[in-house]
Amino acid sequence: MLTIDNLHARVEGKDILKGLSLSVAAGEVHAIMGPNGSGKSTLGHILAGRPGYEVTAGSVTFAGEDLLAMDTEERARAGVFLAFQYPVEIPGVSNMEFLKASVDAVREHRGEEPLDAVTFMKKAREACKVASLDQAFLKRGVNEGFSGGEKKRNELLQMLLLEPRLGILDETDSGLDIDALQVVAEGVNSLRGADRSFILVTHYQRLLNYIQPDKVHVLAGGRIVRSGDASLALHLEDKGYAWLEDEVA
Amino acid sequence: MSQEVIDERIGKEYAAGFVTDIESDTLPPGLDEDVIRFISAKKGEPEWLLEWRLEAYRGWLEMATPEWAHVHYPPIDYNAISYYSSPKSFEDKPKSLDEVDPELLEVYEKLGIPLHEQEMLAGVAVDAVFDSVSVATTFRSKLAEAGVIFCSISEAVHEYPELVKKYLGSVVPRRDNFYAALNSAVFTDGSFVYIPKGVRCPMELSTYFRINEANTGQFERTLIVADEGSHVSYLEGCTAPMRDENQLHAAVVELVALDDAEIKYSTVQNWYPGDTEGRGGIYNFVTKRGVAHTNAKISWTQVETGSAVTWKYPSCVLRGDNSVGEFYSVALTNNLQQADTGTKMIHLGRNTRSTIISKGISAGRSSNAYRGLVRMSPRAEGARNYTQCDSLLIGDACAAHTFPYIESRNPSAVVEHEATTSKVSDDQLYLCQQRGLDAEKAVSMIVNGFCKEVFRELPMEFAVEAGKLLEVSLEGSVG
Ligand SMILES: Nc1ncnc2c1ncn2[C@@H]1O[C@H](COP(=O)(O)OP(=O)(O)O)[C@@H](O)[C@H]1O
Ligand SMILES: [Mg+2]
Repeated sequence: MLTIDNLHARVEGKDILKGLSLSVAAGEVHAIMGPNGSGKSTLGHILAGRPGYEVTAGSVTFAGEDLLAMDTEERARAGVFLAFQYPVEIPGVSNMEFLKASVDAVREHRGEEPLDAVTFMKKAREACKVASLDQAFLKRGVNEGFSGGEKKRNELLQMLLLEPRLGILDETDSGLDIDALQVVAEGVNSLRGADRSFILVTHYQRLLNYIQPDKVHVLAGGRIVRSGDASLALHLEDKGYAWLEDEVA
Repeated sequence: MSQEVIDERIGKEYAAGFVTDIESDTLPPGLDEDVIRFISAKKGEPEWLLEWRLEAYRGWLEMATPEWAHVHYPPIDYNAISYYSSPKSFEDKPKSLDEVDPELLEVYEKLGIPLHEQEMLAGVAVDAVFDSVSVATTFRSKLAEAGVIFCSISEAVHEYPELVKKYLGSVVPRRDNFYAALNSAVFTDGSFVYIPKGVRCPMELSTYFRINEANTGQFERTLIVADEGSHVSYLEGCTAPMRDENQLHAAVVELVALDDAEIKYSTVQNWYPGDTEGRGGIYNFVTKRGVAHTNAKISWTQVETGSAVTWKYPSCVLRGDNSVGEFYSVALTNNLQQADTGTKMIHLGRNTRSTIISKGISAGRSSNAYRGLVRMSPRAEGARNYTQCDSLLIGDACAAHTFPYIESRNPSAVVEHEATTSKVSDDQLYLCQQRGLDAEKAVSMIVNGFCKEVFRELPMEFAVEAGKLLEVSLEGSVG
């Protein structure tokens, strides 16, 4: 599904990713942990195609295609979804209008008709239930005045409706209480399938109690410095990142 | 968005920019008393109106162009403009649509207002002003049943002289300002509406203005009188072909809302804005004002996307106690457009209330200014105003300005003012693109969201049109 090879990337003249390689097979869930500032969010943005984020070396193949050659919106339409660590507000644009336009853009790319309003509303209401958001949120401006937790669940809502092939969740669990954390986990689990992969960026092992990862990686200093199975997360929870310092340097 | 990307992508097409090849009867450029006499004679006007015009002209000669607005343009040579242009086939005015020049009707069809169709669809009555002459007024008979008068101002002069004489210039005096004086001297056509006592006008009334001839100015004059307890909603739309020269549009609109009456006046203005380098485009210098008597309400809603230079302040004089004034405005400027627009709320009566919601959007290298005056007179006991003035910037090369003036001479009056300036942020665009939307769709969605409070004041079909217009007007404003 996704193959990242020796990726180097720079933001505002600063080298952040320094030779990152990672392979995620279809149907797999990979967790990425690592110290603050190690480049986790940068990786997500590079995959999503954030303007201003510059790839200086390396390659990324997504579903057999050169991901880095695609525009931001083309990547989204091809099935790359990033749940933002810090979702922004779009005042006056209702969540519903925004989601409908997004879903239709993705459908158009697949050669499908836009959803009619009734079908869309039905899907949106179901997604609200899974994301544990009141339907009133569909009428509110995108993230406008939402609490931190509501914004995170709104990211989940969007992912549920867009049904991506690769979901990247950037600390979607940060700042959530245990109930909300379970909501996010159940949302991800409900989407899991043979043709869909996830990258979960998280600081907390507890998320992985609810979502079983196939692999856990430690990103430090712009590279993957250690990979393992779910037990690596437990070990990190216990010992922190200090013991990896040699690799980081 | 970088300026480079914006510049590269600027390349918007003006959809209404066609010129129609119709033989017309155009006065040579120039302005003097003889020209005014010619216009007046051409229209078979009574003596009092000719005198009225000449008086305005003499006033105008002594006046100077207003310099205070935040707009810049070379001085206008008023002798290079033709003050009368009438399509040839209108020498004998058509009695019904069947007699209207088919080519002319085609123009309106291109503009999306097929008169024939409109007549059948019912709902909107259209008075179409082409250059200087009112072409056809649809729905005449249905309106007549309700006692509503809706015709061109030239016809009204003949058929309802008392009403015209009583109210013409009663809201905007002949010497009100430079452009109003010019209009009073040379106005050629426009619409007249009278709603009788207690009548709720059975349909939306609508006028489309179009400037077709080169080097003509358009000076239309609209007068709407809503008698006691009546109600009317009036829509105005405007377009002009693409031309390299600038064209002048100096209109006057007067609204009279007598006791307990309500007038809702909506405008979607899409005059040709000039090209990306600022060549050509309409100079839109318009005076719009309404007087609200006791318990009356006047509501202006405008969506301004066109014109090279806009100078326009639809205003309310809240004369009667408990009268209400509203101003909802979206003004969008792109490329090198300049807009200085806003409103005046003059509170004279007790417990008068006014609301101002202004949304300015600047893109390209344009300049967009809100200018508003709220005046509370000594007698305006308990009067209230609420003003909200928001600016949205797209790119780094445009400018937004806000000039709110408040004059309160009554301590019990309350004036509230809120203002914000925001940018369409890269992060918002990125969010939209990450969800599969292209940048242009994203910007138009963000801008539409920004304008929501104003769009919901527009009649349904106009709101849709306004949304589309913004989308077209923003084309090329993002990379
Ligand atoms: N827009 C930016 N401009 C400059 N530096 C940035 C920018 N975004 C991220 N960085 C820097 O890149 C490094 C990695 O950041 P980030 O990817 O957000 O780390 P993480 O998500 O792992 O905490 C940090 O040192 C951060 O300060
Ligand atoms: Mg981060």
